[in-house]
Amino acid sequence: MQELNLKVNGATYSVSVKADMTLLEVLRDKLHITSPKVGCNTGDCGACSVILDGQLVKSCITNALMADGKEVVTLEGLSKPGKLHPIQEAFHQYGASQCGFCTPGMIMASKALLDQNPNPTDEEIREALSGNLCRCTGYVNIIKAVKEAAKKMNGGE
Amino acid sequence: MKKRGKGVALIYYPTGMAGGGDTTQAFVKIKPDGGADLFLGSCEIGQGIKTVACQILSDELGIPYDQIVLHNSSTDDTGICTGTFASRVTYFAGNAVRAAAADARQQLFEYAALELGVTPSELSLQDNKIVVANEPNKSMTIAEIAGKVNWTMGKLILGKGNFWKEPGRIIDAENGQIDVITTLAYGATLAEVEVDTETGQVEVLKLTNVFDTGKTINPLLAEGQIDGGVVMGIGSTLMENANPYYPTDNLKPKTLGDYIIPTTMDVPPMQSFIVEYPSANGPYGAKGIGEMTANTASPAIANAIYDAIGVWINDIPVTPEKILKALESQNMA
Amino acid sequence: MTLVGERVPKYDGLGHVTGTTMYVDDHYIPGTLICKGLRSPVSRGKIKRLDTSLAEKLPGVAAVITAKDVPFNAYAGDWPVFPEEDICFKGQLLAAVAAVDEDTALEAISLIKIEIEEETPIFDVREAMKPGAPKIRPDGNLLKFGERDYYFTNQGDVEAGFKEADFVLEEEYFYPVAEHTPMEPQVSLAVPHPNGSLTVYTTSQCLYFHIGQLCAVLKLPFSKLNYVGATVGGGFGGKNDLHADPVTALLALKTGKPVKWRWTREEELNCSTVRGAWLMRIKDGVKNNGRIVAREMESTLDGGAYLSFNPYATTKHAYYAVGPYYIPNVRVITRCVFTNKVPSSSMRGFGVTPCSYAVEVHMEKIARKLGMDPFEFRMINALRKGEPTHTGSIPDSVAAIEVMQKLAESAGIKLPDKLMSMKSDERRL
Ligand code: FES
Ligand code: FES
Repeated sequence: MQELNLKVNGATYSVSVKADMTLLEVLRDKLHITSPKVGCNTGDCGACSVILDGQLVKSCITNALMADGKEVVTLEGLSKPGKLHPIQEAFHQYGASQCGFCTPGMIMASKALLDQNPNPTDEEIREALSGNLCRCTGYVNIIKAVKEAAKKMNGGE
Repeated sequence: MKKRGKGVALIYYPTGMAGGGDTTQAFVKIKPDGGADLFLGSCEIGQGIKTVACQILSDELGIPYDQIVLHNSSTDDTGICTGTFASRVTYFAGNAVRAAAADARQQLFEYAALELGVTPSELSLQDNKIVVANEPNKSMTIAEIAGKVNWTMGKLILGKGNFWKEPGRIIDAENGQIDVITTLAYGATLAEVEVDTETGQVEVLKLTNVFDTGKTINPLLAEGQIDGGVVMGIGSTLMENANPYYPTDNLKPKTLGDYIIPTTMDVPPMQSFIVEYPSANGPYGAKGIGEMTANTASPAIANAIYDAIGVWINDIPVTPEKILKALESQNMA
Repeated sequence: MTLVGERVPKYDGLGHVTGTTMYVDDHYIPGTLICKGLRSPVSRGKIKRLDTSLAEKLPGVAAVITAKDVPFNAYAGDWPVFPEEDICFKGQLLAAVAAVDEDTALEAISLIKIEIEEETPIFDVREAMKPGAPKIRPDGNLLKFGERDYYFTNQGDVEAGFKEADFVLEEEYFYPVAEHTPMEPQVSLAVPHPNGSLTVYTTSQCLYFHIGQLCAVLKLPFSKLNYVGATVGGGFGGKNDLHADPVTALLALKTGKPVKWRWTREEELNCSTVRGAWLMRIKDGVKNNGRIVAREMESTLDGGAYLSFNPYATTKHAYYAVGPYYIPNVRVITRCVFTNKVPSSSMRGFGVTPCSYAVEVHMEKIARKLGMDPFEFRMINALRKGEPTHTGSIPDSVAAIEVMQKLAESAGIKLPDKLMSMKSDERRL
């Protein structure tokens, strides 16, 4: 067991973890932060995506101890009470979420993209989200939502 | 060399279980503030029945959408719904909710008639008001009558309804003919592809889709079903094979790195159009479209490949190897 | 203000986009035990010895269950929760463990001693159909429909139709095994209550199908079981079978503790139901004017090892094998053959997706042979109002022609007037 200190969505946690634990296991099983989903546990689906010190990571293949002293943002950390993040709003409004299981990962991947590239082209959106699988939507409304969110965040309508 | 081609496919798809003999039940409780609790056992798997059910209830009872609470989580709290399959839920649950709403509305009318000093048959619903025919000034809001009924009369308003499909009627036993159809929906796709004859790679350039919803309850969700179904169809056509060494059972894909489904990079430009040819008995004429949207892309793409390179695709998925092999035997012939 | 017809955002959408929607795996109940299963490494064989004693003794293990712990050991027709003796497919569940955590559960699984007498599996449907082939199921390798080992739906006189035809085209098609691949795998959480009742949180698409089956397995009255679901991370037909629920339920009843089992993606891909492979042969008799006058279709579904929803897929395929066309003389025969593979069951398009594919490629071949425009060929043969499908039903809604017209128009294809003026309520040819 080792001591892990990390910040998640602004709150500080200190947990003891086994050396082989993943960040996803710590978030879900230890902290009960459940928006990161277990879709595959092999790094293939992106349902577990979170932002670790500004970088998008798949938390199922990220060793928990890598997050020591760092800051994690999950989907829970995006909205304030009564106020959605523009990406969340766009996903809701444009039907980018059907069953919703891929949605937390998709939104985090979209946020990581827009943080770095506020004005992505369709192609750049596709590329940025290509590690996140969705079986329901055919991605069409997801790509649309990211574009609309970017517009809004850039002060458009 | 890169060669282009176009291909078309036309399909139908039944709404509801082939055998019939299944039901969906719904009931609705009117809250004292004029809101409602809707109890429905249909599973939400992402297709949107929660939304569709609340839209229908809202219209049928004049209750604002955001004042409806849907309870559909557990078998202890709901009536039966055979299940979310066979493209049946919008049709079956939609009808059940309409029936439950009609029952609740009738009860509301009876109480409102007492209050307004008229008979229930003189009443009708306009937006969120119960109004008296020919006396537009005489009316009560749903909230007013719901408050009266619950607080002053102490009564509970509970509307119930269901939709039951009779088991299929035998038409001609000797020929195995049986009336299995609840209703049929139609769909068609035109695929445009480009085949690289050197690599065997197939690129879908564009898909144009038309699907018949009967009546679209929610275009946002219906379009989402179409996008998702068509892209699943692209996956079936070009990549997915859960048992690549069929008929043996060896070396099956073990991860989503081996069983490849479409990603954002695999979605071609698509244009989809909805047409509405109403069913006789669906809610507002609606049909189920959940499944059929996955069925047009494969044959349309296969036919487009033939148009491009003159090779028939008799089995999918169409891998580059398959294309190259087929081209090779075409050259030899 | 009416909402029907409006673009209303999803009722549960705010939960999805804020990460607050609770899926089954998101329920964390204190004291929950973690379940893992032992699966068969072979495709066919007999269990000679299954010794769980070492696993049971491992600290942290609460229970190990096998076939002898199941009150009624079959669901979905004939699929045992654990086989008593006969293993029928690779990946079949043989035993399950509930332990304090995943590592302990996995260790316990590795401590179960099993001896299997391996038998030669039957994979190929053609082998399985041969007379004298070893039986995978007690009543034979072909699914029975009453006395017959095939299902059929006929219309008219198919021999007469072929005689009338100017030419005949016969071809074979194959549709591969497919996995639903919902992003959420199978998850089940069973919570026992002091009065002997049970709540099962599940990823089911059909709570009321499942509750009946699970009550039978547990020999528990309906009112003792509350099935909670209805927020499912995608289904596509892959969550119509019980999968994990009988196991968590049995373990919860045995231990008195909540038990959770989340399948790995590998289990989801290799051990959950699939759409089995279909082999289809279509023979059409066609007149030079473009009318199809006869169709004979013979289809075989590789059903895998157990019944599951195979009977439904086999019959539904027979009902919809013709496509949206009126063909006066039809004979459709469908079969389901059992092999030593994971059971085939429902998947989006249930039995129909494969024949939609085969029929539409076949239609294209005929159009090309006739030298006829593919739109025209389909529209000539399309079902008209009042015409029966080959099942003898008169559909309430017919719009194949109109859908084709809309497609042409939307894709910028100019159809000749004779096609644009066609209607579903009139047959000219
Ligand atoms: S769960 Fe991490 S990538 Fe799938
Ligand atoms: S919405 Fe279901 S997986 Fe994306």
